Order: sequence, then structure tokens, then C-alpha cells
Amino acid sequence: MADKSLSGEKKFHVVKRTGIPVWRAWLIRIIAVFLALIVAGIFVMVVTKLNPIDVYKTMFDGAFGTGRKLWSLAQNTAILLCISLAVTPAFKMKFWNIGAEGQVMAGCIATATVMILLGGKMPTWALMIVMIVSSVLAGVVWGIIPAFFKAYWNTNETLFTLMMNYIAIQLASYLSTVWENPAGSAHIGIINSASKAGWLPTLFGKKYLLNIIIVAVITVALYLYFKFSKHGYEIAVVGESQNTARYVGMNVKKIIIRTMALSGALCGIAGLLIVAGTDHTLSSSSVGGQGFTAVMVSWLAKFNPFTMILTSGLIAALGKGASEIAQEFNLNDSIADIITGIIIFFIIGCEFFINYKIVRSNRVNSKIVKIQPENETAQSNITEGEKA
Amino acid sequence: MNTIALFISRAVVQGIPLVYGSTGEIITEKAGHLNLGIPGVMYVGAVSGVIGSFFYEKNNPGALNPFLAIIIPLICSLFGSLVMSLIYAFLTVTLRANQNVTGLALTTFGVGFGNFFGGSLATIYGSGGSLALRRTSIIFKTALPFASKLGNFGTIFFSYSFLAYLAIIIAILAQVFLTKTRAGLNLRAVGESPATADAAGINVTKYKYLAIIIGGMIAGLGGLYFTMDYTSGVWSNGGFGDRGWLAIALVIFAIWNPDIGILGSILFGGLYVIYIFIPGLSRSSQELIMMLPYVVTLIVLVITSMRKKRENQPPASLGLSYFREER
Amino acid sequence: MEKEVPVLELRHVTKTFGKVVANRDVSMSVRKGEILSVLGENGSGKTTLMNMIAGIYYPDEGQIFINGREVSITSPKVAFDNGIGMIHQHFKLVDVFNATENIILGLKGKGRYNLKAAEKKVSEITAKYGFDLDPKKKIYNMSVSEKQTVEIVKVLYRGAEIFILDEPTAVLTPQETEKLFAVLRKMRDDGKTIIIITHKLREVMEISDRVTILRKGEYIDTVNTKDATEKLLTDMMVGQSTDLNIDRPEPKNVCDRLIVKDLNVTSSDGVKKVDGVSFVAKSGEILGIAGIANSGQRELLEAIAGLQKIDSGEIIYVDPKTNEEIDLRDKNVEQIRNLGVRLSFVPEDRLGMGLVGDMNIPYNMMLRSYNKGKSEFLHTSEPKKLAKDVVEQLNVVTPGLDTPVRELSGGNVQKVLVGREIASSPTVMMAAYPARGLDINSSYLIYDLLNKQKKSGAAVIFVGEDLDVLIALCDRILVLCGGKISGVVDGRKADKNEIGLLMTNLPEKEKIESDSGKDVSGNGR
Repeated sequence: MADKSLSGEKKFHVVKRTGIPVWRAWLIRIIAVFLALIVAGIFVMVVTKLNPIDVYKTMFDGAFGTGRKLWSLAQNTAILLCISLAVTPAFKMKFWNIGAEGQVMAGCIATATVMILLGGKMPTWALMIVMIVSSVLAGVVWGIIPAFFKAYWNTNETLFTLMMNYIAIQLASYLSTVWENPAGSAHIGIINSASKAGWLPTLFGKKYLLNIIIVAVITVALYLYFKFSKHGYEIAVVGESQNTARYVGMNVKKIIIRTMALSGALCGIAGLLIVAGTDHTLSSSSVGGQGFTAVMVSWLAKFNPFTMILTSGLIAALGKGASEIAQEFNLNDSIADIITGIIIFFIIGCEFFINYKIVRSNRVNSKIVKIQPENETAQSNITEGEKA
Repeated sequence: MNTIALFISRAVVQGIPLVYGSTGEIITEKAGHLNLGIPGVMYVGAVSGVIGSFFYEKNNPGALNPFLAIIIPLICSLFGSLVMSLIYAFLTVTLRANQNVTGLALTTFGVGFGNFFGGSLATIYGSGGSLALRRTSIIFKTALPFASKLGNFGTIFFSYSFLAYLAIIIAILAQVFLTKTRAGLNLRAVGESPATADAAGINVTKYKYLAIIIGGMIAGLGGLYFTMDYTSGVWSNGGFGDRGWLAIALVIFAIWNPDIGILGSILFGGLYVIYIFIPGLSRSSQELIMMLPYVVTLIVLVITSMRKKRENQPPASLGLSYFREER
Repeated sequence: MEKEVPVLELRHVTKTFGKVVANRDVSMSVRKGEILSVLGENGSGKTTLMNMIAGIYYPDEGQIFINGREVSITSPKVAFDNGIGMIHQHFKLVDVFNATENIILGLKGKGRYNLKAAEKKVSEITAKYGFDLDPKKKIYNMSVSEKQTVEIVKVLYRGAEIFILDEPTAVLTPQETEKLFAVLRKMRDDGKTIIIITHKLREVMEISDRVTILRKGEYIDTVNTKDATEKLLTDMMVGQSTDLNIDRPEPKNVCDRLIVKDLNVTSSDGVKKVDGVSFVAKSGEILGIAGIANSGQRELLEAIAGLQKIDSGEIIYVDPKTNEEIDLRDKNVEQIRNLGVRLSFVPEDRLGMGLVGDMNIPYNMMLRSYNKGKSEFLHTSEPKKLAKDVVEQLNVVTPGLDTPVRELSGGNVQKVLVGREIASSPTVMMAAYPARGLDINSSYLIYDLLNKQKKSGAAVIFVGEDLDVLIALCDRILVLCGGKISGVVDGRKADKNEIGLLMTNLPEKEKIESDSGKDVSGNGR
């Protein structure tokens, strides 16, 4: 027994790093992405017997090949970025909000509802205001409920927000059948397709330009909010140590609820952009899992809004590229999810090497002496002895 | 009476994938790991079985050997979910990665993997067209021979395939394991307070790995049941729907008890099909009914956190990495 | 007797943490079937030494022998296998399990898992030694004393022969202490060997057969309890007074600043932490607070700072300008600040409470002041300037202002914290163990800063553990014992041994009162 635990002594052990130069951290991450692309390439080669270089080239063309594709990529990036930005305030506070899917859906539902019920019944500017207010409010409500229970009863926020997602999705399914068009299709179809009431305007003849501008503004604003506002500072302190926050007199409950309201509001805007700015319809897959993807995008960017442009762009480009290979090689575009998954696994894994280092153990030195196993007094009773 | 018996049997069929999923997730969560990758694991469990059986059917145009027709997809399925849970375990236990992010990535990967192969297996290796493994499915779906002779009683209790009974047996065994065995006690300690378990001489890493892997393999069987039994071997992309998430919801609904999980699964399963049995129910109200499981789960979550009864709380270290500081 | 092989023997054991020597060349032995007290002040290395026997630390040098055989105790499990069990101050129990489940946790049993049989065995053990324990009771329903009992039974159940108890009475009431001692005596009579770490002299005299004294990490002596007196033990424990040459300016313009009357604080687990404490902190003077660890110092300071809910009592602040009396009772930090009270607090837990480890120095500087002004945005220029000033004036060694404070050394972290707290020119300045873990130069710098506050008219409250420092620095010293004030002495006339005695003993009349049952002595963390 004693010998066994001795041999169990490890030669290496893991210690937390204190500070690693930024360039080294990024070098590790870039190496991880590179390795991931190699692994994904091997996977594609084995499964499809295609040359992985060709596959990646096709993917690259699919994402960046033409001006039109680039524009469409920018639009996809904008929506994903918007949702990723939305989850970030909560994450910085270490509030594990995985409810963006539902909060965005709430925004979608609110927007669609206003468009359907009030479209054509009021002037465009008034309709826009009602849409914005209601989508933001819907997102806020969806975000604030779990925050309230977290603040007052410490209800597990991860599980709570997860449930809220499906309530919103089912609500969307329900409304899809209530407002179905044509009858029996269980689809809403394009809302106000003739009058375009409630559609976000096309700027300079560019479709989606408004979406991109709005998200760009949010990115900058959120960066400034985190960096320079008192709220941003409070979020950072609460996330780091609730004890310190109380020590300096911060109202932790209030900060939790307020921050989740902000997360929800941004999700609501994302919902507005999806329904009024892009799809012009509502279905249970309006958000399409982007709420979950956003969690990963935000985390990969270390919660930095500007880095998030990169990470959301990467994920969106993978999606675009994969649908291109799906078309080109007659596969299905789920391959995007596979490659995304592999890349995220590698980046998640590499964080370990950024935060920890492995060092040789010096604890067990050469002086070690073997334990005498025959230590009768001590050993005799070390069993549970309940079989008796 | 016939209708009720039929309803119950339909509810059970709907509920079986949830029994597998929730039992697997409960075991995982008892080790302190919230595996949000379970939906992905179930997809991979499903498609791995499909891949196995696809090649077996392809190479055997004649009659299938019933034993091989079952054992090949079964082993493939278990292997697929084993690899998936191993990825999760390695990242979250050994590399101490964030469980939520890892789980979501696993689900993205798993669902993609499932839909990719489920959707294009026939295109890549076969003659094209959609994937249907009816011959294998018939063997999987074999019910007990005397079921039809026992009337409603037979319908309710004996009309299912072996994977359905296996689900119930596994859930009951899991319950017994958690509450009545020494290893179960140790596992619960790992999920409650890994530092305490560590001090008591329990190998925390080993328990976490085993719980995550075994839990994942159990969950994966839910996917296999769904494709081989429920959909009769026909793969449709996204057909599995949100059952994986429902399984995670069920864990809360069952307050981390696999035996309550069985009843919860059948109850939730019933909600999938109740619109067929209640006359005059519109399709729209069906969508509202499908919202119920989540609402009910939420209420359970809120009430348990407000009542603060210690036994009903999530495992205390759920979601946290364990790092024994170098002393 | 002399020839008998000791059940446990340490030879020339040394343990260092970085540059700090926790134990230097300690040799001691323990006889089978005795109760040995290990006595020493805070920081004398008692717990580190015992942790090496229990496998939590591994000695840098030296040997450990059990029954005359050399052993290498590399982990708690190896210690267990050698029959050594330690009951730590922080209990390692699973809250939702019952007593028996915790006791058998991790054991590799033979045969079927049988909770009933285990319960029976637990009951046998408790009956044999006179423990009061329900084997089916859940931990979360238990009092601190019951939890401790579970820990002891857990060790007994595993067949340990040598028991190490780290300050077991710190969390117990006098009645519970009596019960524990009765049990320990029965265990001794059963042939078990017991080592008890403590700094309460009265308990040493009451329970132990022999006493080993440690001071500043070194072994001093071992004496038979029956030959010892409290006076002798105190002298050995605290040693000769040393002149530290710390400046002590004469107090000027002394007037009442903070008046605390009959303050009572109970912790969330129901233990009374501050018990009827009354005192006045005066401007222009340093009030020292002495006491063994966990005698209510933290709770007292936190109650004043508005961080701790109080049961009863008054906390009154006298405004230096208007002489108006302001009631601080039941006010939170923000409210106190809004009343215009300039109260600074250097808490014991620097990185967990006083600072945000991952933030850089300017961001830590603005913790107190960020909320000033109407603007929704942070003023970054002032904190940056303050950070620069603190770094320059206090010689903070840092690669730059943007370095996260977590990456600074302990002394520099403390300089940043103290620098921020004095920046607001406080009228009341509280500091808990501000020099703990600091090297000599940094310590003197901190004392200097406190003196500066004193000269500028602040009422300084200094919680310390080194009696020499307290005596050299403070004008008055208030001694806490078990949450009560056991005495107030004049720093200029104080005698180290007198304070030492007050720290471990309540005055006679208090003692009688506390023995009568309504009182709790000592605190846990």
C-alpha cells in the first residue's frame, strides 16, 4: 500500500503561470489553429478522399472569393459578432449566460410581432421605434429573469438560461403556426413582403449595410464601456472578486441584474437585425444556434470586443467556406460544424499551456527512503471492516 | 382504454432516448461536470451505429445475421460516444478547460458530425439517395413475442425492443450505483467537494474520467435507439431535434435521480405525442405543449434553489475545475 | 522510560518556503500513549511542523521516524498508512453526506458495501470513547463541534494510532472543550498517542502530559506539564523582549474619534465572534489590537467598516470638524462613505478583498474612488498619478504601472494597498496584520506610514501578531481573547509576558463567567 502511493509520485507537476507575454500567448493560439487545420484536413482527406489543399482552397474561395461572397460574409459576421458582444458583459462578470439563443429569439419574436400586427398601421418612423423598443425590452426580460434568481437565490444561471432558450424557441414555433402563411405550411413566410413595412432600410443601395454599421457601433461602444465606464469597471471587479466588490461598497446584486439586462438588450438588437434587417421572417431556427456559437466566439476572443471581430469572422468564414465545399463536392454543409468544432477544441486545449506550465517536480528528492510496509499497528485496521 | 395504452406505449418510445440521455448526464454531473456536449454525444452515438450498420448491410445483400446486425452498430455507437466523451474529459479534466465552452463545442462538433455522415454517407460510399437501414432496424425493433397476446397490458409493458428495456435497466442500475455502492459514494463526493475526496484518498481524476466516459456512452445509446428503433433506421438531418437538451433539462427535473428520470422521460415523451391523442388539439397548441417540459424544469430549478434543501441542489462543484494547488 | 523507543521522532527537520524559514533544525520526540502539547505563538511554525508529519508538506531536510523506523511521508495517504491522522482546522467533509458516509469515504472496503454495518462500527467507536455523535446526521445540520467529532472518528475508524489536532478548541465552547478533553483522555488511556497544537496555556496545563515549545520556527524545549507553570511556559513561548527601534511619536491633539460600545457580532455559522467589546479609538494615537489568531479581530474591523452585520452595540464616529457624533451602526460601506466619514481599511486578505489581483496598479487605485463625480465614465488620470506617486514614494518594485498586482511580491502588493488607503487622508485608519509576510525593510516602511497617519491626526487601529512590534509601535494595546477584551495596556509600560498571558486567558472574574455556560471562547475561521 505504502509502496504504491510512493510510486504514484509524479515526476512532473503543473503550476499556474504568472504572466506570459502577449505575443507568446497569441503564438500558442496561432499554432493551435494551425494544428487544428491540419487535423481537420486529414479528417476531410480520409473521409472524402479529396485533396485537403483543394478543399481549403475551395473553402477560402467560398468565404472570400468574390465581392459578393465577401459582403455576405461580412453580414454573417456582423450578426454573430453582435450576439457574441451581447453575451460578453455577463461573461466578464463570470455569469455563465448560455441563454443568448433565447434572448435573441425573444428579440426576433418581438420584432416579428410588431411587424405583423402594426405593420402598415403607423408611419415608418413610429413603427421602427416600437420595433426597437420592443425587441430590446424582450431581450432584457429574457436576460433579467435568470439574473434576478441568481442574485437573490443563487439559482444556477447556466441551467436557467439554457431552459429559457427552449421556451423562446417553442414560442417561436407556436407563433409560426398561428401566423402561418400560406395556411398549413407552419411557416410565416416573408413578412410584409409587398409593403416592406418594418424592414430596415437599405443604405446606399447596399443590402445589410445598416446591420454592419449598427454592429460596428456596438463593438466600439462596448469596448469603451468596458474600458472607460464606471459600469464596466464594476463588472470587472465583480467578476474578479465579489468580496472586493463588497469591500469597496458595490451593490453586487444590482450589478448582476443590470449587466444581464445589458446582455439581454444587445441580444434583443441582434434579434431585430435578424428579423427586420436580414430574414424578414420568423421561425424556430431564426437564431440557428448562433447563440451557442457566440459563447465560444466571445470566449475565444478573451472577451475583447475587437478581438471578437476576428473570432466571429473566423467562425463565419468557416461556415461560408464549408457550404462552398458542400456544393462543389456534393457533400453536406455540416462539415463546417465539424471543422469549427475541431478548431475550438484545439484553441480550448491550448489555453491550458497559456495559463499553466509543466515543471519537473523537485518535491521528492534523492533522499527518499522506502517506507517499511510492515507497520502492523497502523496497517491492521485500515479497512472498512463492515463485512463482519 | 386502448387509446390510453397506446398513448403510454408511444410516450415510452418517445421517452427512451431521454432516459439514456438523462441517465448519462446525471452520472457525468455527479462527477461535477456539466456536459453540455451531451446532445452532440447522442448525435455521434446515433450516427456511429448507423455507419456500422450501413457497411454491414452494404456488404451483406442477403439476409442479415441478427446477432451481428445488432452487435456491430451497438459497438460502433459505444465507440463513437466514447471518443466524444474522451475529448470532453481530456479538455475539462486534464486541461481544466471551461466546461460550458467545451460542451458547446462538443455539441457543435457532434451535431455536425452526425448530420454530415448521416446526410452524406449514402452519397460518399453508396448509390446515393437517403439513408435507410430498414433491415437492421427490423431486427432492433423486435418486441417480445408474447406482447401482442396480452392486450393492453402487453402493449404497455412488453411491446418494446430490447434497447428500451436496457434503458430502464441502466437507469435503475445507475440509481443503485449512486446510492448503494461505495464507488457511488466516492463519485458523489468528487462532485460535491473534490478537495475532500482527494484528501480521503480518492483518485479524483480517475473518477471524473470514468463518470464522463461511461455517462457519455450511456447517452450515446439514446441516439442509437432513436435511429434504429424510433425512426426505423431512416436518417433525417436534424431529426433528433432538441432531445439532447431535453435530456439535460430532465436531469434537473429528476433532481439528479436516475429513477425519477425514467418517469420524467416518459412524461416528457408523452408531451411529444399527446396532440395525436387529444381530439381537437391544434398544431399550434402542440407547440405550446412542447414548451411545458422546459417551463416545468425551470419551476423545479427555481423552487429547489429557493427551498435550499441541500440534497436537491446541483452537485456543489458542478462546472468548476479541480486544481490541487502545489503544496 | 528513557530507553523506550518513541512512537514518533523528528530529527533535524527544516522546512523553508521561498526565503522564509518555517522550521529550522527541529528535533523532538513523542512517546506512545501520551498527550503532547505543541505550544507557540502565531508564526512559530507549529502547524507547518505537524503538516510535515501528516504528509501535507515534505521536509527539505531531516528525518522522521515512526517506532524507530525511518519513514518518508510524501502524502496524507502515506501518513494514514503509517497510522498518523491529522484533524485540521478546516474540516474536509462533504456537506450533503451524513456522518457515517463521510467517515467511510474513500476507504477500499472488502466485501459488500454496507452502510448499516459501518454505522454500527461508528456507534461502537463513539460509545467506546464517549463521543456524542449521531451517525446518520447530515453534516450541514451539524455544529462545528459535531463536525470536529466526525473528523476525529474518521481518523479513529481508519485505525490511526497517532492523532494530531490543530487548535481543536479554537472553535469550541468551554463545555464542548471539556467534552473533547474527556474523549482525548479516554483515547490516551486506550494507548493512542495525541499531539495537540495550541496556544492556550490553560488548556495545555489541563490536558497534556508534556509540552513542546516552539518559537520563531525553532525548537525551544520540552517539559513535563506537572513541572511547568503558566509563567514559565509564557516566557519560553514569547522569549526575551527585543528592542525593535520603531519610532513612536508622542500623541498630539488627542480626542475621541471612534467610539465602540458593547459590540456583539455572530458569524453566519452561529459562533459568537465579537462579544461585548467597548473601546475608544483616539485621533493622533495608534491603538494596537493583540490576540491569538481568530479572536475576533477580523470581525471587529469588518463590523466597523460596514462589512459585517452586528447583533447589538453602537459604533459612533466623531466628526473632526464639527464634533458631531455620527452613528455608523448598520450602515454599509457606501453609506458610510456618503456620510463623509474618511475611513480606511487594510484588510488581512490583500488580494482577495483589498485589491483585484488581475488589474493593474492604476485600476486598483481607483477601487475606492471610481464612483466619485457625476460622470458615467472613469477618471483615469488621477488614479494613474496616484499610482505613480505610490510606486515612487513607497518604492514599489514593479516592471511598470500596467503590471497586474497579482504578479508583484507580497511586500509590494501591501505597499500598493496601504498606499491607496492612506491616499484619501483618512481620519480613521484600520490595518489588519499589515506587515505579515513582509521583509524587514518593507515592515518598517509600513510602520512609518502608520506613524505618519498618526501624526496627521488620524485614529489608527493596528491589528498585529508580533508582540514586540505592538509594544514598540502602539500607544495603547487592547488585548482580545475569544472575542472579549481581556485587558488594555499602555504601550510604553507594557510587558510582553503580561500581554501574552492576557491573550490566552481572560481575567479571573471573566473566566468564571465564561465557564458558567452562556459564553463561547474562541472562534473559527
